[in-house]
Amino acid sequence: MAELSAAPAGTVRRRGARSVPPETERAPLGVTSGTGLGLAVLWLSLLVLVPLAAVVSRAVGAGPGDFWAAVSTTEAVAAIRLTVLAAAGVSLVNAVMGTLVAWVLVREEFPGKRLVEVLIDIPFALPTIVAGLVLTTLYGPNSPIGVTWYATRPGVLVALLFVTLPFVVRTVEPVLLSLETEAEQAAASLGAGPVRTFVRIVLPAITPAIASGAALAFGRAMGEYGSVVLISGQLPRTEVASQYIYQQIESGYLPDAAATATVLLVISVLVLAALNGLRSWAASRG
Amino acid sequence: MGIEARAITKRFGAFVALDEVNLTVASGQLTALLGPSGGGKSTLLRIIGGLEEADSGSVVIDGVEVSGIPPQRRNVGFVFQHYAAFKHLSVYRNVAFGLEIRKRGKAEIRQRVTELLELVHLEQFADRMPSQLSGGQRQRMALARALAVEPKVLLLDEPFGALDTKVRKELRDWLRRLHDEVHVTTVFVTHDQEEALEVSDSLVVINAGRIEQVGSPNELYDHPANEFVMGFLGPVTRLGEHLVRPHDIEVLTADSTGAVPATVRRLARVGFQVRAELHTAGAQATNGDPDSVPDAAEFDTAVQLTRGQADALDLQVGSRVWLRPSQHASVLAAR
Amino acid sequence: MLSTTPDRAAAATGTPSRPRPSRRRVSTSRWVLRLVALAYVGLLVALPVGLVLWRTVDQGAAAFVDAISGPEAIAAFRLTAIVAGSAVLVNTVFGVGAALLLARYRFRGRALLDLAIDLPISVSPIIVGLALVLAFGWTTGWFGPALQNAGLQVIFATPGMVLATAFVSLPLVVREVLPVLNETGLEQDQAARSLGANAVQRFVRITLPTIRWALAYGVVLSIARTLGEFGAVRVVSGNVGGQTQTVTLLVDERAEQFEPGAYQLSVVLIAVAALCIVVISLLRPHGKDG
Repeated sequence: MAELSAAPAGTVRRRGARSVPPETERAPLGVTSGTGLGLAVLWLSLLVLVPLAAVVSRAVGAGPGDFWAAVSTTEAVAAIRLTVLAAAGVSLVNAVMGTLVAWVLVREEFPGKRLVEVLIDIPFALPTIVAGLVLTTLYGPNSPIGVTWYATRPGVLVALLFVTLPFVVRTVEPVLLSLETEAEQAAASLGAGPVRTFVRIVLPAITPAIASGAALAFGRAMGEYGSVVLISGQLPRTEVASQYIYQQIESGYLPDAAATATVLLVISVLVLAALNGLRSWAASRG
Repeated sequence: MGIEARAITKRFGAFVALDEVNLTVASGQLTALLGPSGGGKSTLLRIIGGLEEADSGSVVIDGVEVSGIPPQRRNVGFVFQHYAAFKHLSVYRNVAFGLEIRKRGKAEIRQRVTELLELVHLEQFADRMPSQLSGGQRQRMALARALAVEPKVLLLDEPFGALDTKVRKELRDWLRRLHDEVHVTTVFVTHDQEEALEVSDSLVVINAGRIEQVGSPNELYDHPANEFVMGFLGPVTRLGEHLVRPHDIEVLTADSTGAVPATVRRLARVGFQVRAELHTAGAQATNGDPDSVPDAAEFDTAVQLTRGQADALDLQVGSRVWLRPSQHASVLAAR
Repeated sequence: MLSTTPDRAAAATGTPSRPRPSRRRVSTSRWVLRLVALAYVGLLVALPVGLVLWRTVDQGAAAFVDAISGPEAIAAFRLTAIVAGSAVLVNTVFGVGAALLLARYRFRGRALLDLAIDLPISVSPIIVGLALVLAFGWTTGWFGPALQNAGLQVIFATPGMVLATAFVSLPLVVREVLPVLNETGLEQDQAARSLGANAVQRFVRITLPTIRWALAYGVVLSIARTLGEFGAVRVVSGNVGGQTQTVTLLVDERAEQFEPGAYQLSVVLIAVAALCIVVISLLRPHGKDG
């Protein structure tokens, strides 16, 4: 079911092995296309580039001293640390579990498989605040199963696990679907057991996809707000970076908000670049 | 009339695809643009068709200067290597496309499309989708589609490049016969010299953005202008100071004027041909003149014979023979 | 774990075998694997969602009708429809245009444009809101004075919410349409040109049919995303009930104030999300065929 365009809501599809028309076949810009390009760039700039530049500008505008002062308050540091560690942890867990789930969905047949596919897509399509409400219902003060993770770190973690579940599953599934089992059969005929075959044959083939999915999960978890804000209960020890920034905005401390935002953006870019590098390295070895 | 391209130059960044190219294509002829990949032949074709604009130079089709005119108004039919079928339209709608654009009447369209589908033997596939056709069938559909609007010129860009060898040969013959029936000025691009030699009336060899030679297939094969053309159109081997075709070498059992001694190193039977590799030992003077400078260089020469010839000479590995170019061989001086 | 069923079809045609789910007796380790995977998804997703559905049903139909038909709810639905609709429309136009430019033309900075379009995905919604405030806020933004002079209110008004929603969903249509345009290449378009079609005719008769499924897919993704946007909209909206409150903001208000209606409104959003998922899954197989 997820064979072809398995892009979950909000995913950026990596170009990977797709063909792109070569330079010599492309047309030069004419009047219509040139104007179109101009409009597209204008829209992109006004909507995305200029506002983001405004954030960075406001962050560093008052000088490096103020910048460091803003991001090194106890609260800011705590929020950033919690966010990065939580995002990393959650990405790791879902990298493993996501691969497992993708494997089971591709290689196993059982009744209700379609339902599972729908369930996996729910965290994507669901508004984040609804996700937050849903989780707070189960793990919050009125929990029917007696698990109270309200205003605790496990609560934040389970919220992030929820929203990042689909990423690795959706990037790994198509790769698994297109794998030819002959390499695995050859390994079996040479005496390799299931685990060894998986580790040596399948894993290298899907590592780029796992890295892609993990990168997307990490990015999402770093910036997540709506699903976390209800369950984290506004305590400093469970405050993630996005909440902290929101508080700063509400209090009118815009330069501080911008400074923390800039740090978050930089961390995201660095990690994404690293994971991208991992993906390319793994793909070139495959 | 026909097509005239004058001083066409085209660059992609620093890469010069075409360098002051001049080309004349006679009206009603089937002309092949032959050359290695990246040599510029597709670019030239696309410039003629209007899918690409030259940096400088002009194109004249049927006496009309078309240089600034977009492809949709040049009345040029184009056939692509990968068919460019409109995947969401049936075979019928594909062929009818150009006529529908020109807002022809339904009855007229039906008549013309049926006529063309019969011409290309695809009548029974009219309602199928392109994905249900084989590669060869799709290309025939593409030809019918291009011919539907009665173009003045038909341009084909490596039309059989994506097909199996057998289908390629069939379609090659078919294209020739189609041209004989329809007589549209046709230019096609290929890197397959056998195809070009077999199908075209006139052959243009293009390499690295320049035209190497223009002429009939026989002219180019028998009298190549330079080493590149010779090598591209057929097999070439070296004999002494000359480049010559392996099937144009006489094998003699005794020394003679202008002959070079050689030893057979390898013999291979391929169907009815025999291909021999011989090692020419250079030292002997060939006309008994003790003062002549010995040819000190040694070469490996390839010779192609028929089975009959090889049997008559009783060639074995190790046989010593004498080689010389046959009388009407085309011979070029080796550099 | 390995499929040991001989793949007869592959043997017959000599093609490499695709992984086929095995129908033989399932070993213990495979059962464990299935169980773990299903338990994970079940506990993480099904359980909480199911609980909310249960609670809503439990609270009864009257409560449901009350929650979704009150004046605040109606206003929220209307505003959400306007904001999401506008954002989807703008991003669809942008998406198709940008995809055409990236696939068919050569120009300097093409790679940069490609990269820039990917940016919004990795930006936190709160930062999106902050960025827009710092660009367009009357007292806080670069363009603030100019906008104020012109009387155009972006922040704390609907235009700002549209911008925020458009920001977060910007890449969705492009990323679906572009691969299709890349794969089909330029040849169909060029063939149509050589047959006499002008730009409009080519777009309507050739390009649109080719991208229609990918486009539909992208639009549905965008709809799901724009209906559900929360964080960015919260920052730029000022959250004034009845005026700048979307459904998601209303859900948040109800939940935080412990007022009734949060569950019921959430169920509406869950239903819409599920509908989007179903439509998307129906469109998936068509992704490449166009």
